[in-house]
Amino acid sequence: MSNLRWAFADGAVIAKRNLIKIKRVPDLLVFTTISPIMFVLLFAYVFGGSISPPGVNYREFLIAGIFAQTVIFGATFTGAGLADDMQKGVIDRFRSLPMSRSAVLVGRTASDIVYNMISITVMSLTGLIVGWRIRTSLPEAVGGFLLLLFFAYAFSWVMAYVGMLVSSPEVVSNASFIVVFPITFVANTFVPSDNLPPVLRAIAEWNPVSAVAQGARELFGNTSPAAPPPEVWSLQHPVLYTLIWVAIILAVFVPLSVRQYKRAASR
Amino acid sequence: MSDVIKASGLVKRYGTVTALDGLDLVVPGGTVLGLLGPNGAGKTTAVRILTTLLEPDSGTAEVAGIDVRSDPGAVRERIGLSGQNAAVDEYLTGFENLDMVGRLYKLGRGPARERSRQLLEIFSLSDDGDRPVKGYSGGMRRRLDLAAALVAEPAVLFLDEPTSGLDPRSRTDLWGVIRTLVREGTTLLLTTQYLEEADQLADDIVVIDHGRMIAHGTSDELKAQVGGERLELVVGTTSDIQPARSVLADVAAGEVVVDEDGRRLTAPISGGADALMTALRRLDADHVRVLDVGLRRPTLDDVFLTLTGHAAEASDTDSEADGSAKRDDDGRAKKRRTKEPVQ
Ligand SMILES: Nc1ncnc2c1ncn2[C@@H]1O[C@H](COP(=O)(O)OP(=O)(O)O)[C@@H](O)[C@H]1O
Ligand SMILES: [Mg+2]
Repeated sequence: MSNLRWAFADGAVIAKRNLIKIKRVPDLLVFTTISPIMFVLLFAYVFGGSISPPGVNYREFLIAGIFAQTVIFGATFTGAGLADDMQKGVIDRFRSLPMSRSAVLVGRTASDIVYNMISITVMSLTGLIVGWRIRTSLPEAVGGFLLLLFFAYAFSWVMAYVGMLVSSPEVVSNASFIVVFPITFVANTFVPSDNLPPVLRAIAEWNPVSAVAQGARELFGNTSPAAPPPEVWSLQHPVLYTLIWVAIILAVFVPLSVRQYKRAASR
Repeated sequence: MSDVIKASGLVKRYGTVTALDGLDLVVPGGTVLGLLGPNGAGKTTAVRILTTLLEPDSGTAEVAGIDVRSDPGAVRERIGLSGQNAAVDEYLTGFENLDMVGRLYKLGRGPARERSRQLLEIFSLSDDGDRPVKGYSGGMRRRLDLAAALVAEPAVLFLDEPTSGLDPRSRTDLWGVIRTLVREGTTLLLTTQYLEEADQLADDIVVIDHGRMIAHGTSDELKAQVGGERLELVVGTTSDIQPARSVLADVAAGEVVVDEDGRRLTAPISGGADALMTALRRLDADHVRVLDVGLRRPTLDDVFLTLTGHAAEASDTDSEADGSAKRDDDGRAKKRRTKEPVQ
């Protein structure tokens, strides 16, 4: 019981430390907000004319996909930040202190939610400007944002593990490009998966990123009754399917990351 | 006084590299142990094991009476660590760094702040305490890192090469701070590549190489073990080295060490001034050009040379994995010496 309390107290101290960085390194924030704005504008105006999903305005279709991709990319910060701490010996200092063994990870992943909230806010505003609208109730819209944040949170534990494994922020950034681009593109994030070749289509349909985007679309009311209904279970129940993935990822990567933290040997 | 740090038979391997090869250490309460060794000797590995960061493959270690393996949490409550690289957060101010550590030691908000201000004062960082560490010099970072290790006033302190990379002035300053701490009763294990540093700060010195203890004693004991005074000679040309060496070999009480680059020859002698005169007369007779000559007390540098056959390199670069290879190459081949003599 009191262990749990200390884990939270320690986690809060670490989270505060990470959040101070937002203030001191504005470049980071600029980068996290500029690239989503750029994505929204590029896709809306460059591809917007040639892609037209049945029954729905492409810009409306697109925004949830960009939200999904951006928050998943946000997990890179978790990994790169931890790798940097490993490299600089900061993790060694933490490990030599009488603090909770999960606090550094809990604090880091928690503070990265704030990054994601900031970039979602910026993207939403950009979206509203280019014509995206929330067509459901407030609770549903909040549900849509929460779904994105839940999935991003779970994914940041994956990157936390990777970050401690490789202990080099540059490698984490490169690796995340290699991983995050395919999983966010072989999905229904930017184009409907219906027209993909069969194998890619199956991957895209069961890709949790598709479910995240689809779930958010539904909750924002960006789907149309005119669109053909999804044929696979994962996309028929995107919210549930996403939450199952969140649970699985957390169940696997929280213990894995904590174990890696305990044995982390920085060089 | 009882032993505050006790380690026996520590072994740690990294793949084929044996970082520690059965190391024993004992540090009585309130004393300073200097763990002295060249790059790659295993100093950091020993510190990491004693501070619960690393598990040994075999051997046992106790800190403040607590086994590091069975109750690492309790050990962490009693120790302070300043690692080989200053582990301070660049983006936080000096104050924020210390305050964070204080909170993690569970000092509570008020006491953590108070202690942080106090430490900034002690380490002459008050004026810069509210600036981000990014703008600090190497010496300031080092001081802040040491301050962070002291936040909870630990009974046992581990400092891994606390002055590596510092200019001589900052080094002397830091020595002063460390001396004050020790006077107040802290038990300290300090690693260093600087022979002078161990001589200055440590009550007891353990010399390690390749993960094994090769000598142990006080600075004076180690010097005695290596014999009496040193005759040191600098000759005019490279061709003078050979004849000078044979003269010294006759006069010396031990091995003659030659530094080819500096045309410097060193040898332990037992006869003092008489031996010096004898040597000079014979050098003169052999027409060896002598640029400089003198007698000096043995230094820890000589200790190392005698015990290992190679000099302890006091490099300012961070010690990395290439330590042992480098040592064998230029250490054995050229017998390069560190330039700073021990006072
Ligand atoms: N994480 C590691 N992986 C592999 N080898 C290591 C690691 N850490 C240390 N070593 C090796 O162990 C030996 C001792 O290293 P270390 O304890 O850092 O020495 P020192 O601190 O005396 O320079 C060196 O040969 C080094 O290369
Ligand atoms: Mg070292």
